[in-house]
Amino acid sequence: MRFSVNGQEREAAPRPGQCLRTLLREHEHFEVKKGCDAGDCGACSVLVDGTPVHSCIYPAQRVEGHAVTTVAGLGTPDELHPMQEAFVDHFGFQCGFCTAGMVVTASTLGKAQLGDLPRLMKGNLCRCTGYRSIRDSITAGATAQARPRGARNLGSTDSEHPSVSLVGRSIEPPAARRVVTGTEPYTFDTAMPGALHLRVLGSPHAHARIRAIDTSAALEVEGVELVLTHEDVPAARFSTGRHQHRTDDPDDTRVLDDVVRFVGQRVAAVAATTAAAAEEACRRIRVVYDVLPAVFDPEEARTPGAPLLHPGRTPEDRVDEAGRNVIAALHAGFGGDIDRALAASDVTVAGTWRTQRISHAQLETHGSLGWLDEDGRLVLRTSSQVPFLTRDELCRLLDLPQERVRVFTARVGGGFGGKQELLTEDLVALTVLRTGRPAVYELSRTEEFVRTTVRHPMRVAVALGASRDGRLTAMRLDVLSDTGAYGNHSRGVLFHGCSESMSLYTSPVKRIDAEVVYTNHTPSGAFRGYGLGQVGFAVESAMDELAIELGFDPFELRRINAIGAGDVPLGWHGEPEADVTPGSYGLDQCLDLAQEALRRGNGVEPPAGEHWRVGEGMAASMIATMAPRGHIAKTTVTLGPDGTYVLGVGTSEFGNGTTTVHTQIVATDLATSVGRIRLHNSDTDGAVYDTGAFASAGTTVAGKALHSAALALRGILLDTAAELTGADAAECMLGSHGVLAGRRLVSFRELIAAAPSEYRHGDGLRTFGAEFGDRRSLAFNVHAFRVAVDERTGVVRILQSVQSADAGTVMNPEQCRGQVEGGAAQAIGGALYEEVMVGDDGRIRSPAFRLYRVPQMADIPDTEVLFAETSDELGPFGAKSMSESPYNPVAAALGNAIRRAIGARPYETPFSRDRVWRVASEAAASAERVIAA
Amino acid sequence: MDLDTITGYRYARSRDDLVLGATERFVAGGTWMFSEPQLDATGLVDLTTMDWPALEVGDHGLRIGATCTIAELAAMPEHERWTAHPLFFQCATALLASFKVWNVATVGGNICCSFAAGAMVSLAVALDGVAVVWTADDGEVRMPVEQFVTGNGTNSLAPGDVLRAVELPDYALCARTGYRKIALAELGRSGAVLTGRVDEDGRSVFGITAATWRPTVLRYDELPDAATLLADAASADGYYTDPLGTADWRREVSGVLLEEIRQELAA
Repeated sequence: MRFSVNGQEREAAPRPGQCLRTLLREHEHFEVKKGCDAGDCGACSVLVDGTPVHSCIYPAQRVEGHAVTTVAGLGTPDELHPMQEAFVDHFGFQCGFCTAGMVVTASTLGKAQLGDLPRLMKGNLCRCTGYRSIRDSITAGATAQARPRGARNLGSTDSEHPSVSLVGRSIEPPAARRVVTGTEPYTFDTAMPGALHLRVLGSPHAHARIRAIDTSAALEVEGVELVLTHEDVPAARFSTGRHQHRTDDPDDTRVLDDVVRFVGQRVAAVAATTAAAAEEACRRIRVVYDVLPAVFDPEEARTPGAPLLHPGRTPEDRVDEAGRNVIAALHAGFGGDIDRALAASDVTVAGTWRTQRISHAQLETHGSLGWLDEDGRLVLRTSSQVPFLTRDELCRLLDLPQERVRVFTARVGGGFGGKQELLTEDLVALTVLRTGRPAVYELSRTEEFVRTTVRHPMRVAVALGASRDGRLTAMRLDVLSDTGAYGNHSRGVLFHGCSESMSLYTSPVKRIDAEVVYTNHTPSGAFRGYGLGQVGFAVESAMDELAIELGFDPFELRRINAIGAGDVPLGWHGEPEADVTPGSYGLDQCLDLAQEALRRGNGVEPPAGEHWRVGEGMAASMIATMAPRGHIAKTTVTLGPDGTYVLGVGTSEFGNGTTTVHTQIVATDLATSVGRIRLHNSDTDGAVYDTGAFASAGTTVAGKALHSAALALRGILLDTAAELTGADAAECMLGSHGVLAGRRLVSFRELIAAAPSEYRHGDGLRTFGAEFGDRRSLAFNVHAFRVAVDERTGVVRILQSVQSADAGTVMNPEQCRGQVEGGAAQAIGGALYEEVMVGDDGRIRSPAFRLYRVPQMADIPDTEVLFAETSDELGPFGAKSMSESPYNPVAAALGNAIRRAIGARPYETPFSRDRVWRVASEAAASAERVIAA
Repeated sequence: MDLDTITGYRYARSRDDLVLGATERFVAGGTWMFSEPQLDATGLVDLTTMDWPALEVGDHGLRIGATCTIAELAAMPEHERWTAHPLFFQCATALLASFKVWNVATVGGNICCSFAAGAMVSLAVALDGVAVVWTADDGEVRMPVEQFVTGNGTNSLAPGDVLRAVELPDYALCARTGYRKIALAELGRSGAVLTGRVDEDGRSVFGITAATWRPTVLRYDELPDAATLLADAASADGYYTDPLGTADWRREVSGVLLEEIRQELAA
């Protein structure tokens, strides 16, 4: 059949069951993305004869004789469509994976439809931005408004840096024009002729031993090249969770195991010349299971007699008490007997809070591509936040030396912690090594839900005691975290979760009892906030109860009890945290900013009717600016003779905006323009080392390392110029064409030739910069809401949403605002809507976006973002981390607002409409009972 | 998504083409068909080439061709006597599906999927819609859509039967109507869709869809009082729990929102 794409005639013979999306991608229109493959997310949107459709649910047969337009047909990086230009100008993307579909859809809208955007854009999900910037982009694009350049610096401080500094300015992301035109390649956006497609057979049982597997029928399917079962893979155990220290996580996972511990766990993998053949082969594998008893409740899991998930593991594997499914426990405290302290307190409050399983729902699914390069080296292109750690662990698993493996990423379509895992690379690597052929494993959305990871569900009991004047006298936490079937990130999340959530407040007596247990669920893993959000939700809700009990303003209660400027937070034994060096303090400002904003209001009225109850709520959070016990970046800056700089930095870009910030840092240090800077990032060949893009380390660790490499290079250039000209180095000025020494401009060519030879690299100069994350500072966030709750139906309407953030120097105001808005939006999703639901049999009941409610544009109000004015002594240019932390205070703030609106507290997230209705109606019923009595 | 078990795709152009092989399935817009694996099917028969008229306006009412897209129905121009017209757009908005899906998805396809949250079922039930079914033996049967849908995802089509059209009678289209939708998220997949209608002769009809396994229709000779409607809604069968809402909440909000509609219609 014939059809056209972006004006070009195409000839194709689509398969009978093929959808338009894959047909277009087979023709290398990689700008057409896959987010869900089910018509829910809109990333694949294209125009057919000018009409927008979801190409993943459009029969390919039907485009015969029709004209398809993709985002790349709307404009090019040099000649943007007005809607594309608007998305660049308004920072209407972060990872950018949804952007192609957003732009295509928005391009069909006119001015008259702007009032109806939530409905019109409901079929386009964005997981990063929180939609405000997308609304702004569409509004500008549809009205072809002039660009409001130089977005406001929203409050923070670049005052000490000269106005030529690029730090503190809203520089557009280096990839912006490619992202909005669909020309920036993501993981799967490359042709791999001859590649084998991997598909996986999942377990139907939550817990079973595989007695036998017969793969003979699978091997007979035409095109099948390899079938892997537990009999064919390394016996070594590892953890899919990756950290700087591999011993942070339990070695409890095999590539393919003879025991399966959750529904959907890999049983076998098939590599075939087509995906269809691989899937057919999976269906033909015959497995005989001995079904084992399963345990789904975390409390039951640690009760004697419960089925054991990993009875063979020992503390040497970092499973501390396998005999009762407990991986790690924390029992500590200081200041004396907690029960006595609580009993002696003027006022006490207590409660038990629960959080649910949440899917990261980053729009690009996990997956990787692998091949052998000319030297026979294994190369993996993967959707990962941790390419270096992935390489290191693969080398260990496959017994390969580091120089035989290269791991890199293209731009990554979102992560949120979910890609701090090794979930696909092992199978791809094995397939490539066994067959010698390239291989691809791209997860489906359903597999994302079933076979990757979720946020750790936790049950957190809190008891607080205080004196009448509002001072905490006792704090007790009892935490139970459910890691699911494997322990990836189980320990780290437990310990991190119980740290800054508790140490934010000063109390003479504290006690913590926390455990993380195995259950037969999909594994939990790293998720934005890394445990702090769950535990903080309980602590901040209890603080709110305490404020109510005491009759105190909740902001005031924080002012009284939170750690102050210069205070080093105390650990669980009362000792000051050794590696925390508070380099700035902005909690006081954050509290003031949020409180003032609430007081000021925003003019939004609650809906009419007595059944709408209004309430305000707030919560605070604290986070250390990097992970404990080391986060390492070893970077290079290389000057070329033409005055361009290449940055070798290992960290990944997945919407966090680090490529922009790194460019700003180096351009400022080296007094050059952003156009002269190229990044070679996220590639084990391109940088010396990087622990990875997690723990919000992109600015504070990798950025700091680059800063030091750039400053070293600057010093060398100035010294060399001084030496060449006899001028005083202090008189020399570095610019984008060389160094001006007095009146003479010394060119980069001359400088390179004359510089000390140890810095020579090819025809240029290279310096190194490293950061080891030895010292950590503190950052703060405060969120406040005013909500209206319909007590008849449980509908929660957010009338006002404010977040104040202590980010230190705001390196790029629009980007940082986007991180805060996006974190708040994702947290609103977790607080009101999202829940991975699991049936009694351990099967996930909501494995698609139509059932798992990722917020749509309609669900997310604008969040007013207010930055404290601080400058940090540790971070580069005074900056602090601000990627994870905006998530953390949101659920508690929302719960507190609902509590104050309806007079009863919801203890379990999400505060879905059915739950809120139940809480409100039970409260009303008990009030009636009281009156009746 | 690619349906890799599908090995045949043919376009139907006459009724003769509608004879299905054992593992063939009809496809209209395809937006649902291509959204989930169809492992038990090997062939698709495309109905869109039957060229059935989308919207036929007549004295007896409106005949909606099964392959009429939801976009066409939602954008249908107003008709002077048909005060029920706003329901077309309102019910389309009850779908989780975006306007881009409306461009392709069909009214008949939505009804044949027969999901509890199928908003074209809500519309048809609200307006006493009649399903016109071409049976596999070349016959034709007509039945109220209210009975056509037998459960969440099941209906009375026998193998080889095809829904040809849905007819909305003139008397219902001339009624005053009310509509409410609620979901766990503002524009999410419906937890309950409530419709109400007062005909010119004073009789009233209330529909509960999405909240109960199959459509619930409450009929009264006149507008009921609040207590009657609430009691009837509460005692309806089939409120259910799934990831889109719990049965007790669905029951409760159905009563609350039906009462809002009743008051609107009483005004």
